[in-house]
Amino acid sequence: MDPLTWTGSLGTVLNPILFILVPLFAVAVLARIVLSMFEPDIGSKANADGTLVATGGIWTLSQRLVGWLGLAVLALVLAYLIFGAVMGTAAGIIGGMSQAFTPVWIALLVTFVVSIRFKRKLGLYGKLFDSTIGMIGFGIVMFWVFTAIFTGVFDLIATHDPLSQASGMKNKVPGTPLRGAEEGEFQWYLLGGDNLARDVFSRMVYGSTVVIVIAPFATLFAFMVGITLGLPAGYYGGRLDLGLSFLANLVLAFPVILLFYLLVTPEIVATGLPQFMAVVLFVFPMIFFGVLIHARYRTQPGKDYLYLAIVLVPLFLSYMSAINETGSKIDFWPIDLFDINSGILVVFVSVVFVNSPTVFRIVRGLALDIKTRDYVAAAQTRGERPWYIMLWEILPNARGPLIVDFCLRIGYTTILLGTLGFFGLGLPPESPDWGSTINEGRKLLSIYLHPALPPALALLSLVLGLNLLADGLREESLRD
Amino acid sequence: MGMFILRRVGVMALTALCLTFIVFVMTNLYPNLEKLAKSEGNFRMHEVEVATWLASNGYRSAVDPELIRQFRAEEITRDEAAAMVNTGFDPRLFRNYGEWLGIVPGWQLERDGEIRGRCILPGMEAADAPRFCGILQGYWGWSTFAKTTVGDVVGERGWQTLKLMFWVMLLMVPSALIIGVLAGMREGSGLDRTLSTFSIATTATPEYVSGVIFIAVFASSAVGLKWFKGSATQAMENPNFENFLLPVLTIALYGMGYIARMTRASMAEVMTAQYIRTARLKGVSFSNIVMKHALRNALIAPFTVIMLQFPWLLNGVVIVETLFNYKGIGWTLVQAAGNNDIELLLGVSVVSVVVVLVTQLISDIGYVYLNPRISVT
Repeated sequence: MDPLTWTGSLGTVLNPILFILVPLFAVAVLARIVLSMFEPDIGSKANADGTLVATGGIWTLSQRLVGWLGLAVLALVLAYLIFGAVMGTAAGIIGGMSQAFTPVWIALLVTFVVSIRFKRKLGLYGKLFDSTIGMIGFGIVMFWVFTAIFTGVFDLIATHDPLSQASGMKNKVPGTPLRGAEEGEFQWYLLGGDNLARDVFSRMVYGSTVVIVIAPFATLFAFMVGITLGLPAGYYGGRLDLGLSFLANLVLAFPVILLFYLLVTPEIVATGLPQFMAVVLFVFPMIFFGVLIHARYRTQPGKDYLYLAIVLVPLFLSYMSAINETGSKIDFWPIDLFDINSGILVVFVSVVFVNSPTVFRIVRGLALDIKTRDYVAAAQTRGERPWYIMLWEILPNARGPLIVDFCLRIGYTTILLGTLGFFGLGLPPESPDWGSTINEGRKLLSIYLHPALPPALALLSLVLGLNLLADGLREESLRD
Repeated sequence: MGMFILRRVGVMALTALCLTFIVFVMTNLYPNLEKLAKSEGNFRMHEVEVATWLASNGYRSAVDPELIRQFRAEEITRDEAAAMVNTGFDPRLFRNYGEWLGIVPGWQLERDGEIRGRCILPGMEAADAPRFCGILQGYWGWSTFAKTTVGDVVGERGWQTLKLMFWVMLLMVPSALIIGVLAGMREGSGLDRTLSTFSIATTATPEYVSGVIFIAVFASSAVGLKWFKGSATQAMENPNFENFLLPVLTIALYGMGYIARMTRASMAEVMTAQYIRTARLKGVSFSNIVMKHALRNALIAPFTVIMLQFPWLLNGVVIVETLFNYKGIGWTLVQAAGNNDIELLLGVSVVSVVVVLVTQLISDIGYVYLNPRISVT
């Protein structure tokens, strides 16, 4: 087997175009930036005959140029990916990767086609497809979500096992053929081998599963905590607000890294402290849903108890299974459905703990603002209970900023997870998550680039996607 | 105003007290102490011996003499003895915290005719030792990792970090403000779009990603441009452009985007204000509007944001100092935590907590001072 080049036979056709297009595009963008500093501040001017024309001239020209060249570059990238997916490794490393991601491309295509087709019926989600930035962000995020699903559930995309080592592949450059590869096995290390001769590409792909599972869930838990405490703090005010705000500020004044170093060490884990924190933090979803349902159906006991049972029983069972672990400090519950790896639990708990005070402050601020509105006064006059007003009047009206912050916060949580991995805290050292792989790769960074760069770029793209998505959502929710 | 500042300082002191207590409890948990005892004594110590060592060094209460007698006389098995040692909560903790703060007299114990105590440093007579020795008296403890007093380590490393932070601020604040003002003065223009994309991209790039990319592009000996050095160890003695730009840029970039976005939002809001419209209708030129009318009001919000960035900057400092091997306070934090150096970890925590709280205080007071619309009375 020959080593793969980056673009293979596809490169002979497309590379020359790329080398012409990209500098042109860069020059056009640069020119646009420089020109826009001197752009006249009125976008249109009036003619003598009473008609209006756009400013035109060199500014519109540069704008059009950037637009068309950008489209051309995009088309070229798509050509690389589409032809690559068809040709596979004949189109080099890019082709090989594109082919490996085929299920993801199909899923993305289906999602976009269906969503754009029915976007008028899909509420805020549908409006997202009116904004280019939002669509780009959504596309990047869904790319990683689908990657994580197909890798974690169906075991599709990765070409090799993320943990197995192959002889002679230590620190090999991207596209190196696997020595002594068996029939049916993938013949190359697409992005090379790392310091322990594992496939960098497969590790990057598997790393997405860790992030995509932990980050949204941890953010969700932080939101439950923040909402359950922030709403009463903002609504009631007074001593409760003072006390809770002081606690939140206390956590916020902690430098995050210090907190991680204090919480996520084997010694602290041995004392069971993270588990006790889990006991406290994981209660909040139950409180939230319990109060949410009870506040609404208080006057209809039949429905109330039914819904409460439907929601709370599974929640309680998973709560007990989550905190209960054989051989640790909390080990008394007989029906232990699943075990959470203690490393993951610690990481999860500390990330929730760090995020919830910020959410608390946001929710508190929103509640303070919204409680002065007329519809809240109307509900109070109707004789609604405080918790009904908080959860069914204030919360739905605060959803816009909260959804935007949720997206941003997932990105921030991803960064935090990477930080933990970067310092080798919590997750096991052979774990393929992006932070740990960056940490391993950086040690030989001045000689071998390929082990550290793919996870770094993957993390960057996911967080960037989430930020763009949040921006698009903000724009669209402000438009209402 | 005076009452307001006084109250803020009071809350800050209370917060500092709570935070240091939390850090103190978490660093003095039994497993940490056990590790310390084993590394200072010997690694094969039995639980009872560990507990006696800890008691005689003032970390925990004395062990039950009955337990020691039974253990020595081998009336109980080693496992039984180990199970009887108190590894949980110890009320001695509060006294230790007081001693560490310097509001409770340091412990003194006599063993084999020799008096030892917290305040009696090596090579010091017991009679000469002061009664109180805590951070209030300027004694921060002894670092087992650096083999010197914590005060020295924190002072020296802190100075290195201060240098780093100075250059970071010098690079980050002006460029963030310029980007924000340029983007915000004409909302929706081409310039705004490009600059906003740039600031979103920088906020999405954590230090460990941008640092790795910078090293790969500019410093790698394999394929990179080799313009800069991938290690900043030399920058501690003689910082120059070649070895100091990358770490400074890495920290500055992550914070820059956030400040720029805040500045942009604040600038865009000011530009829609009534008095700006009046100025335009009067025929004031655009550059004059921006420089003389809008800028001053637009910079109030970014000021508080810059101050509140300090906790995140500390994060970045730890990452960058580890990545570029620059031995400052962040690097010390990692080393102290890795080597179970309790007193040093406490010292670093105090510094970082105080930095965060003081910047929050400045931001609060500054906001009230700069913004005439807010009155504290």
